[in-house]
Amino acid sequence: MSVVKLEGLVALLEGFPALTGVDLTVNAGEIVFVKGPNGAGKTTLLHLCAGLIQPKEGKGQILGHDLSSERTPIRKRVGLLSHSSGLYRDLTVLENITFWTQIAGVEKSEIDNRISWALERMELDNKLQNQKVRSLSVGQKRRASLAVFIVRRPDLWLMDEPHAGLDQEGRQAVDDLIEESVKAGATVIVASHDLERVLNLATRVVTLSGGAVVGVDHGGNK
Amino acid sequence: MKRLFADIGLITSKDLKIELRSRVLTNQVAPFALMILVLFGIALDADQQSLRNFASGLFWISVLLCALMAISRSMTIERDDEALVGLNLSGVDPIAIFLGKTCAIAIQLLVLEIFLGVGIILLYRSEVEDLWLLVATGLFACIAVSALGTIFGFLASGLGVRETLLPILLLPLLLPVLIGATRAFDDALGVAAINGWNWFAFVAGLTVLLTGVGAGANYLLAEN
Repeated sequence: MSVVKLEGLVALLEGFPALTGVDLTVNAGEIVFVKGPNGAGKTTLLHLCAGLIQPKEGKGQILGHDLSSERTPIRKRVGLLSHSSGLYRDLTVLENITFWTQIAGVEKSEIDNRISWALERMELDNKLQNQKVRSLSVGQKRRASLAVFIVRRPDLWLMDEPHAGLDQEGRQAVDDLIEESVKAGATVIVASHDLERVLNLATRVVTLSGGAVVGVDHGGNK
Repeated sequence: MKRLFADIGLITSKDLKIELRSRVLTNQVAPFALMILVLFGIALDADQQSLRNFASGLFWISVLLCALMAISRSMTIERDDEALVGLNLSGVDPIAIFLGKTCAIAIQLLVLEIFLGVGIILLYRSEVEDLWLLVATGLFACIAVSALGTIFGFLASGLGVRETLLPILLLPLLLPVLIGATRAFDDALGVAAINGWNWFAFVAGLTVLLTGVGAGANYLLAEN
């Protein structure tokens, strides 16, 4: 079953074509690595799959929903880890995670368990949990963003440079999370410059250039 | 419906918590408001009676100028680290986002109005003749200002328009609220022989209209 199905997708950013006709199919349980030079359209592709950008031309389906007319149900089921932290600087890490868990509509009875799990997985101890986000280092902020990302348990993981700013342990934790999520039934698309690390995880490697797919290869995780 | 109200509450309390922590309202907006009252008083070089006559207009101009700061601040906290993208992806109803942020701004403006109210009584020696008219107008007008401000804040963010354009876009559209609220206050403070409750009805109608239009517009913005 295909989770992502894009046919001739064209997307504009500030009036300029960022994607110029993307054809891509991603099946359930895959880990797809998207590579390409700066400005190739990697981030735009992830934003498009998240339902944040309206396609200009072409057809697309994400998790069975039409990309042009059903973007609200798409947004509810995907998770997007972007370059920005997506956190509120004047709230603590714990307050941020609690807010994002509640606003995602997680069942009340499950909220505490989910938060504890996410904090533990991203190794955010009591001291860090109670620190304001503005006082965190880049790596700590990334861990907090990842905790917010995983606490929603999305069906489609869209990750833009997930290893950026993390130390070796943090990078390994991200890899473990990706593998676990796929075992639990999720599908993952990763845009990264960390070729070696992601190549081993990926089932397929998609190369973007000039806003179009110019190559698809097998990854190291077949 | 229950979920909508819960989400409005979550967003409002989150914004207020951030504002309490940052202390922008107490350390920047409130002193700015006080400064406007004092500077107007000095600039007009007026006797006490003239100041009392102008008090309503000066009060509402101060509220509008401070509202611009509060609206701008409310949008900045969503834009700083792209938290608004997260809100849009969380599946929360765009109407809840709009109403949650409007409520948070309105609560801050209410606190500011109380502060300014005390200011015009102490500095301009204004006397309250109809407290209920004053309270009702203050409440509804600040909701109207917050609703229109929130939608223009989102529009400015969505269109990539610079924050400096916000006053140019917003202030002309707030003119009817300014006129209605000033007239109602004139009656409540006993400086004009008019029926202030008629002007309150005008402000209340605008509030309902602007809140409805704002909620609908934000829904369309999020969908497109």
